[in-house]
Amino acid sequence: MIRRFVLWLDDRLETASFASHAMRKAFPDHWSFMLGEISLYSFIALLATGIFLGFLFDASDAHLTYHGSYAPLVGASVSSAYDSTMRISFETQAGLVIRQMHHWSALLFVAAIVTHMARIFFTGAFRNPREINWIVGLTLLLLALGAGLTGYSLPDDLLSGTGLRITASVAMAIPVIGTWLESLFFGGPFPAPQMVGRLFFTHVLLLPALIIGLISLHMAILWRQKHTQFPGSGRTELNVVGSPLWPNYALKSLGLGLAIFAVLAILGGFFQINPIWDYGPYSPSEVASPSQPDWYVGWLEGALRLGPPIEFHLFGHTIPASFVPGVLFPLLAFGVLYLWPFIERSITKDDRVHNLLDHPIEVPWRTASGVAIFALFLIVTLAGSDDVQARVIHVAIERLIVVYRVLGIALPIVAWLVTFQLCRELRARAIQREVGEPSVVEFIRSPNGGFEEKQPTDTA
Amino acid sequence: MNAPSRFSWLQRIAALALLVSMLGSVGFAVGYATGVSAQFQGLALAIALGGLAVAVVIWGKFLVRQERVIDLREPTSSSWERNDATHALEAGTGQIGRRHLLSRLLGSAFAVFGIAALFTIRSLGQNPYPQLFRTKWTPGARLVRENGQPIHREDLAADEIVTVFPEGFVGAADSQTVLLRLAPGILQPASDRADWSPSDYVAYSKVCTHAGCPVGLYRSAEHQLLCPCHQSMFDVLDRAKPIAGPATRPLPQLPLRIAADGYLRAQSDFHEPIGPGFWERGA
Repeated sequence: MIRRFVLWLDDRLETASFASHAMRKAFPDHWSFMLGEISLYSFIALLATGIFLGFLFDASDAHLTYHGSYAPLVGASVSSAYDSTMRISFETQAGLVIRQMHHWSALLFVAAIVTHMARIFFTGAFRNPREINWIVGLTLLLLALGAGLTGYSLPDDLLSGTGLRITASVAMAIPVIGTWLESLFFGGPFPAPQMVGRLFFTHVLLLPALIIGLISLHMAILWRQKHTQFPGSGRTELNVVGSPLWPNYALKSLGLGLAIFAVLAILGGFFQINPIWDYGPYSPSEVASPSQPDWYVGWLEGALRLGPPIEFHLFGHTIPASFVPGVLFPLLAFGVLYLWPFIERSITKDDRVHNLLDHPIEVPWRTASGVAIFALFLIVTLAGSDDVQARVIHVAIERLIVVYRVLGIALPIVAWLVTFQLCRELRARAIQREVGEPSVVEFIRSPNGGFEEKQPTDTA
Repeated sequence: MNAPSRFSWLQRIAALALLVSMLGSVGFAVGYATGVSAQFQGLALAIALGGLAVAVVIWGKFLVRQERVIDLREPTSSSWERNDATHALEAGTGQIGRRHLLSRLLGSAFAVFGIAALFTIRSLGQNPYPQLFRTKWTPGARLVRENGQPIHREDLAADEIVTVFPEGFVGAADSQTVLLRLAPGILQPASDRADWSPSDYVAYSKVCTHAGCPVGLYRSAEHQLLCPCHQSMFDVLDRAKPIAGPATRPLPQLPLRIAADGYLRAQSDFHEPIGPGFWERGA
């Protein structure tokens, strides 16, 4: 049966020569290699749940009076987008669990991408020849952020509407083209009636198409270049050691995927997320306090809160205060990340091909830089919920902002220094363990100019 | 490892996991048909998928032969073909580039077409300018609440606050305005705004000048308006100047008057663009 299928396909597409290699392809067995797979599987979960939701969601701004089964809102004027999301949540069989699974998958998708990239960064896997895939991966992160933002804005509820309002304001802060850019994307000055439809189109077609295309490219490049691996017995720059694709790796990977889907099902069933009925429908003159975005937008929100209240003027034009934290900071941050393989190359002058990974302690300055970047993102993300913290710990928010501003500058520096020192010491110890105590040899200069090794005098 | 019992043991766990998975799937289907809670559906789904996961992982890790394969890396770069590729590309490009005039025209034609195609982007949205500089407030427009009710001189007590719109434009995002009545005598209006706040009524744009959120919170003790998005604070007694947070500009003030019938009306539109800053706003 299998044989007939292989022959039939090979007669037509010459697949057997590829398949014979592919089945025996080596996949390194290290837990950190699962992080990328987790992002892939959460994306598959997003597609599966998203197709279900896409058929039921009505991406329209047309307003109607709510008559659904959620009593507190009956009689309220809501958009069709909000109404259909309520219908999915309350009147559609399995609607709520699938909607919540979709949202949880999105959070996991971004989180898995970020940790996957951290693994790539700290082990130097982005070095020659893998710079292209670093750039593809980083672009996937950006697209995932865009898909997340456009996705949770769709239900047209009060929280997401507020988020869109802020997004539009930040777009308007871009010099020269800002106001037009905002208007061309949303259809007019905020809030434009076309918004929901455009966000929907962006969320369900434009971004997924790009993500699928880039994931394909990402994996094709991975396939071509083969996996990196940690150094170890039998592992060299010239080989890859691991489990064969078929059946070992395929079964393990499928199992991982199924386990992730199971976790998402638990999250979707038991852990409420984005309860739009608590927020209420969007109305431009209302706002919920506190307003907290999804975790991966927190750093932008925090940057806007920490940014100094300074607006610039240039030839009679205005550069609003949100330009620096809302536009320049993300551009710089992602610019540094995009260029990292080339920045590192220009520092180390190392252009050799690297298929063996670094242990993070082996390259203290890179690890320190990565930790510093994480420290910065941690602080701005925390600052994104400073109002909640101020309320919980009873501190004036103005003080908390000062603390975060100081930490935002100080912590990355401290983190860099500490990590650098820590890595160096750990590295020294690791070397010591391997080669043993360095033996001290003394030389004595003899009167005729020669050297003699001094015999150790045993004190014991 | 040589004990076959261990494998049969693992095999039994895998079989059990698959049976549990089937139970979960059946549970989900039955639950779907009978209409159970999201919690039950999530649990059933998780059991169905989790059972599969356990069985498949056991299979992959223990029930198939564990092998180590070693792939040799072929170099990711070609060898002599590099020269061929370079030559082919250069030769081909040379053939095009040789015809200087034509090749330049080709480039220009594509560039001009690109610029022409860019024009279509303009259709995607309306010209933002009229709305950025004007709101729906007109001289004499009555201030109305969200339910359309106009505001009479006697309606608000001291320290009361209400969101108002110009009559006929309830809900207009750019025209949302906070109307406050202060305790008599607290407000010392500046000389250029002396007649903007009759009977201790004062009105400011509700759109935050930082990122456009509605400035929805009022601390009546400190007479501060607070934006819940990024915590900008504005001093109601002093032109709504920002005193904390990331906002840089005061909330524009709406000049009010009280007509002979006792209803509050706008003297005019705001005297400056409302909301967050933008390039063309001017200094």
